[in-house]
Amino acid sequence: MSFFRVENLGIRFGGVVALDKVSFEVKRGEVFTIIGPNGAGKTTLFNLIGLLYAPSSGRIVYEERELTGLAPHRVAELGIARTFQNIELFEHASVLQNLLIGRHRHRASSLWQELAFLPAVRRAELAQRDAVEKVIDFLELAKYRDSPVAGLPYGARKVVELGRALATEPKLLLLDEPSSGLNPEETDDMAFWIEDLKKHLGVTVLMVEHDMNLVSRVSDRVLALNLGLTIAHGTPAEVQSHPAVIEAYLGGPA
Amino acid sequence: MRFIFKTDYDQDIRLVKHGGDAFWYGLLGVVLLAAPLWASEYVMSQLHFILIYSIVGFGLMLLTGFTGQISLGHAAFLAVGAYTEALMQAAGVPFFISICCAALFSAAAGAIVGLPALRLKGLYLAIATLAFNVIVEEIITRWHSLTGGNEGRHLKPVEILGFKLESDAEFFYLCLALTVLCCLACINLLRSPTGRAFVAIRDSEISASCLGVNLAKYKTMSFAISAGLTGIGGALYAHKLAFISPEQFTLLASIELLTIVILGGIGFLHGAVLGSVFIIVLPQLISLAKDWLPEGTAPSGLQAVAFGLILVLFIIFEPLGLYGRWLKIRTYFELFPFYRKGMFRRQKAYMKSDRLR
Repeated sequence: MSFFRVENLGIRFGGVVALDKVSFEVKRGEVFTIIGPNGAGKTTLFNLIGLLYAPSSGRIVYEERELTGLAPHRVAELGIARTFQNIELFEHASVLQNLLIGRHRHRASSLWQELAFLPAVRRAELAQRDAVEKVIDFLELAKYRDSPVAGLPYGARKVVELGRALATEPKLLLLDEPSSGLNPEETDDMAFWIEDLKKHLGVTVLMVEHDMNLVSRVSDRVLALNLGLTIAHGTPAEVQSHPAVIEAYLGGPA
Repeated sequence: MRFIFKTDYDQDIRLVKHGGDAFWYGLLGVVLLAAPLWASEYVMSQLHFILIYSIVGFGLMLLTGFTGQISLGHAAFLAVGAYTEALMQAAGVPFFISICCAALFSAAAGAIVGLPALRLKGLYLAIATLAFNVIVEEIITRWHSLTGGNEGRHLKPVEILGFKLESDAEFFYLCLALTVLCCLACINLLRSPTGRAFVAIRDSEISASCLGVNLAKYKTMSFAISAGLTGIGGALYAHKLAFISPEQFTLLASIELLTIVILGGIGFLHGAVLGSVFIIVLPQLISLAKDWLPEGTAPSGLQAVAFGLILVLFIIFEPLGLYGRWLKIRTYFELFPFYRKGMFRRQKAYMKSDRLR
């Protein structure tokens, strides 16, 4: 039984084929990275997995369950969380509130219980807070806990978004360019966290990334895309030295 | 300034956060409970309106301030509540049942109006709700056999378990009790998962749905709860005026309700109350000012001008409304002398991916 696999996935926007016949499999507990130059279709692939787009062909299978055709919010309920390339946080809320919204799929109370704020709701809220505090500890976000997200530096916002995804307690975490906009130190921290969450939390990570240092440091396997097509697939070293990848990034011989 | 030393997560979710809260809300409670002792008949009547508008304000605040869905049709829900109450009272239904029905019918209407909200955003939603307002207004004007058309309907005073609430004080306590209940329900909702989902939808629909928030369900729910609260307000409104007719529930009434929320401070429950106070007190201030104005100025026309002007000024200079202004004043004194001018200025959002909108 495979944990997560994509079969022959394709999508076209009018005449533009953004992705064509992409197939890969992610094993439980590994870090799988998708690389490729600009416009390769990496984020499109993520949006397909997040069900924000409907594929023109192919299937996405998660724990032997077909994802294509489900409503987007069902993806999170099944245990898949994601971050966005350009950060989509709840700007007017504090870090704590952002992470608490991440707990949404673990809510247990009904509307009527909440209107009266019965003791059960209070207990549940305290338990949610406990879970969120664990994430805050893990990502060292304590000093930002009560600050509104809108005022945080870019690097911190990136970590908050990772935290919000972790608060859902995902089995599969989709990271869209976790290091974009980060300075080298912050990128280093990000690498540590990705390693840690794989090792200690047992989360499977599927990410899109440009920074090849980070990619070769944390990934188990890499898939290279160019113009919507798979051009290489294997360990980071194999993919990096693959002639088609070098050609895609640097251009072919004249 | 006050430092709160937190040792327990419960401190962040309890109703009364510190002694200052307990003191000021307690004082407000005592002053309000004693209102029949200090308030003249006229002031009592204004207090009725403030409480009723506050309930409606909570409803609209939940929808517009917390879920981010605009509504230009809330007077229609007010009408549904008011007419339900009027008809049920005429049919001899006890008050507790009729007011619950007023809330439920309104909520049902809200859920139906919520359906287009799943597809429409911003201006388009405003137009859709506006259309709903016009439709409801037309229906209550034309359905003469049920609503009495333009002749309107009369209501008798509220009767609870055979006890008639005829005096101002009795009706005031009824309004106060319902306002407090509605306020508590809103606070409770906002500190639990549903309220957080509302705020998530307001701030970023795309992330909300990626975190497992069912957009359709929560938007409909927000519309229904908002309309339900407005329905309760409508029932009380009908009793307060003792006479209802279609011209009380026009588009202008909807805009007035939206004004409450915007002037009060969008995104704060306090704002609903402050906005109601403002909108009730302003006409009195204008009629006071009338003595200094040149002869022949119509006070009603002046009122519309003043409302419009104040709304524009608020949107330009204080988008957070009265409550936002109060927060700034409070912070100024708490931090004195370290308050900075840009403290409340929101940092411009970083580039957002608009591909996903």
